[in-house]
Amino acid sequence: MSDPLLSIDNIVVDFKTRAGKARVLDHVSLEAGSGEILGIVGESGCGKSMTALSIMGLVPDPPGKVTSGSIKLDGRELVGLDHDSLRKIRGKDIGMIFQEPMSSLNPVFTVGEQIAESVRLHEGASPKAAMARAVEMLRAVDIPEPELRAKSYPHQLSGGMRQRVMIAIALACRPRVLIADEPTTALDATVQAQIFDLLQDLQRDMGTAIILITHDMGAIAELADRVAVMYAGRVVEKGTVDAVLSAPQHPYTKGLITCVPHLEPDPPEIREELLEIPGVVPALTDLGFGCAFAPRCNARIGQCDTSKPALETSADAHETACWAVSS
Amino acid sequence: MLGSVVMRDTMRNSALEVEGLKVHFGGGRSMFGAKPTIHAVDGVSFSVPAGRTFGIVGESGSGKTTTALAIMRLVHITEGRVMLGDTVISDLEKEDLRAARRQFQIVFQDPYSSLDPRKRAGEIVREPLDLMKIGMPEERDAKVSELFAQVGLRPEQRALFPHQFSGGQRQRLGLARALSTEPDLIVCDEPVSALDVAIQAQILNLMARLQRELGLTYLFISHDLGVVQHICDEIAVMYLGQIVEQADRVTLFTNPQHPYTKALLAAVPTVHGNKPDRRNRVRLKGDPPSPVNLPKGCRFASRCPIAEARCHETLPELFERSEGHRVACLLV
Repeated sequence: MSDPLLSIDNIVVDFKTRAGKARVLDHVSLEAGSGEILGIVGESGCGKSMTALSIMGLVPDPPGKVTSGSIKLDGRELVGLDHDSLRKIRGKDIGMIFQEPMSSLNPVFTVGEQIAESVRLHEGASPKAAMARAVEMLRAVDIPEPELRAKSYPHQLSGGMRQRVMIAIALACRPRVLIADEPTTALDATVQAQIFDLLQDLQRDMGTAIILITHDMGAIAELADRVAVMYAGRVVEKGTVDAVLSAPQHPYTKGLITCVPHLEPDPPEIREELLEIPGVVPALTDLGFGCAFAPRCNARIGQCDTSKPALETSADAHETACWAVSS
Repeated sequence: MLGSVVMRDTMRNSALEVEGLKVHFGGGRSMFGAKPTIHAVDGVSFSVPAGRTFGIVGESGSGKTTTALAIMRLVHITEGRVMLGDTVISDLEKEDLRAARRQFQIVFQDPYSSLDPRKRAGEIVREPLDLMKIGMPEERDAKVSELFAQVGLRPEQRALFPHQFSGGQRQRLGLARALSTEPDLIVCDEPVSALDVAIQAQILNLMARLQRELGLTYLFISHDLGVVQHICDEIAVMYLGQIVEQADRVTLFTNPQHPYTKALLAAVPTVHGNKPDRRNRVRLKGDPPSPVNLPKGCRFASRCPIAEARCHETLPELFERSEGHRVACLLV
């Protein structure tokens, strides 16, 4: 089997905080192949966004630090690369879409200039050629009248259009990996559906690997091929979307799927109480020796309090880190 | 007796009645000429029986939050009538309005900015009791403890400040504050959308339990159709300031009629069904038109997949198709 395009191997990220050392990512291993959509799902503070930042080499240092592990893009090691080399990779080989399209666009430049900027920097294109590419990208993300819209400022566009511009910027240099961090959280449902369709179309046309970070299991089901569920800085379950959604193993994954009221095409007359995951995400500074989910878990056994379970493969590359499942 | 929150008589609760509600912003003249009028809410009517939950769904700019704020008398009502039981809320002014606010309370979307950061949790929940002069001053602390227990907070947490609570706990505080005056109606404006997915279930279950115990009437504003389907008895879909479809929860989701409702339902990512099905669904193009320059005909016509020429000419009325199922579409 050939190496995946992007492979993250046992990455560990620590943060120094006033309350002590916090292990934000704890031996996270993930891989994404060309043309594949990998979903990362979990509550806030579980390490989803930090995983994205460590791939981009953007872990704030200090207070954060990549303590150990390796991240390889097409065989090339990214951890420990110097500032300039990373700048050449960011925006060219790896593109990123952020959650808030308004605050991540520059309000004083037209959107055309902002798309053209990365083309000029990374490909050394002339301003004119770069602007032509910008217009072409705006057309590719289904923005009507792209020549006209390239001259618009961000405030003149709607939320959905701004997110399309973000996608155009991220894809302008045809990156091999696109990281989408909660790309539709700020958008309305009908616009979210448009963005999802667009991401899928672009991914199929360009063969980009997409890492989709979200808290919405529905979005994962809709878009992703494989999914990794994270909790308190660790991957607790990963596998194909079909396997994980149809037969979730980890109690946390089960909780995430059942605790949200999903839209039913045929709602029952009698409503059951929603199953709750009791409690809240623990502080990363005092995780202790056991499984971080144990205090909230309904399948807890003795072992859970004393040692952390490792990922174990059950069937068809479906991996789960849970003592109650493996025993 | 003061500690009667749990044992409240559900008969006392009264229904909410909204008739022809309009909220327009702007208009008039400024030094730069005529100011545009924004038709935020443009003729909305519905009624909510006591002890039930009425949901309003729609995208941003549909007017759902403005409807909620108008019912709360927090924005100026341009036209229309709002009645809570026998009280015409929309006609009240000054001290009468302030006194009547006891009967209708609101829980806001953002549990971070809707609690005073400099007040202790106990004071936040006690404040409405003091302002409304409910019970004897010396009894109010006991009432606060009781409210804390009711929403699942510990009594000793009264001494903490809002920043020491998690998002879910803060929303419990918001609920306790709303419950303190023993209201008939609680308006909930996106009460769980700022919370983590695992916490949403805790708050939704709490709200359902409080409704059962206290016979509360909820007006529930949300963009999340899954949540609305779970908690609401009756649902209205709003588009650009108007209700385009309204039905009970089973009817609306099994038999949606308006093309906007259908598109909205189709747009929600779901863990049910399989992928190829999803790709073949109706997709809306573009964004809603601006509420300043409203089209003459149906407001949805510009995005509607089945619109005909007459849709651009005539504004459809909200018409009762079958018992309790109202639809505003010329083609249905």
